[in-house]
Amino acid sequence: MSLVHQIVVLFRFQLRDEVRTGEVAAVVIPFGAIALLVIPMAIGIETTLLARVGPGLFWAVVLLFGVVVTQRRTASTGQAHHDALTLLGVDPAARFAATALASGVLLLVFEVALGLVTIVLYDPLLTGWAWLGLVLPLVAAGLAMLGTIAGFVADGRGPLAPLLVAPLAIPILLGAAQATEGLVQGAGILRWILMLALVDVLLALAGVLTARPLEGPST
Amino acid sequence: MPEGPIVDVHGIALRRPGALILRDVTLRVAPGEAVGLFGANGSGKSTLLRVLATLEKPSSGWGTVLGAAVGTGAAEMVRTRIALVAHEPALRENLTLEENLRLVAALSGRHDEDAAEALAAVGLAGARHRRAAVCSNGMRRRAEFARVALIGPDLLLLDEAHVGLDPAAGILVEEMVERTTSRGGAAVLVSHERERVREIISRSVTLSDGRLEETP
Repeated sequence: MSLVHQIVVLFRFQLRDEVRTGEVAAVVIPFGAIALLVIPMAIGIETTLLARVGPGLFWAVVLLFGVVVTQRRTASTGQAHHDALTLLGVDPAARFAATALASGVLLLVFEVALGLVTIVLYDPLLTGWAWLGLVLPLVAAGLAMLGTIAGFVADGRGPLAPLLVAPLAIPILLGAAQATEGLVQGAGILRWILMLALVDVLLALAGVLTARPLEGPST
Repeated sequence: MPEGPIVDVHGIALRRPGALILRDVTLRVAPGEAVGLFGANGSGKSTLLRVLATLEKPSSGWGTVLGAAVGTGAAEMVRTRIALVAHEPALRENLTLEENLRLVAALSGRHDEDAAEALAAVGLAGARHRRAAVCSNGMRRRAEFARVALIGPDLLLLDEAHVGLDPAAGILVEEMVERTTSRGGAAVLVSHERERVREIISRSVTLSDGRLEETP
């Protein structure tokens, strides 16, 4: 059974489980949207100010609520299911990749949904919107992999995973915020894109290499 | 067919912080044998099953499971020949029973039709589109047995498989063990109900305070 086959199968079933559970669609996205909605109420409805701070607030909300997406219930399924997968010969690296892939897809949906809310509420003055087609997936992939690694490390120990993700996601948040700031200013953002890509590559390597040791006590 | 003993472990000990769960456990299970594993709550039965399933690395001791040395990377090579039915069902709650079995089929190189057949064989054909979350404990147990049938293991490890089962479903446990042992495999059954498994097992052992003893 090839690694790719295992990843595809696990990804497919995990995503189906999440679609049916609806935790991201019914809970996380609405709460993220509410967070974006209440901020203008707190700082005042000054359109110029909102347009200026909108992109930064968008990324802050994506980071904070994105952690919840990566730690959703369907990302881990208890000891018995985990053991069953192990006895089916599933490679820990395949589990990491499939979980990260499913989280990445969900985070991308989350980003797009919140992006639309941000456009409606904040009307950000971006140029070069097409670049977001690169920035959004890169951020989603980075957060997904980071959250998956943190989930493996925390191994069900309550709030440890979010506490691990938030500080370690700073390079991703920095890259994303600077890239969008560049789009506001009309400046080049290639270096920030490359930085996000580099962070993603490093996280992918870290995830694959640490998946087996983080699996827990086994032979 | 497996050659040599299915399980042959000696002096197995397992420590966890503040507790010695298993001490000096020696167990040999030959092909075709079904061994009953008894003991009080907390005596280490489930932990021993996890060690035999290669899911726990013993702190000390040596031996083989399906010919692979325990506590080494070699044990990973035989995992796909082992099936463990634990207390908690290995099901994704929001997938249907059939989807859960299809996941197993896809990861073990079998077809979707095999999953449907395995469910039908344990009397769950009519409930195959029902989500695991809304199934009774007995139905979930049966789905676990379907998983075992799909895998066709050489080493079957059952942790109180009779719990929550009606008498008719209890026969499924018997059939599952019989199917495994008749192919030259072996089974280890943890149970609190000696009478219920008496007809299935060929001999019994008892764990007491982490130590294993043959039971007459």
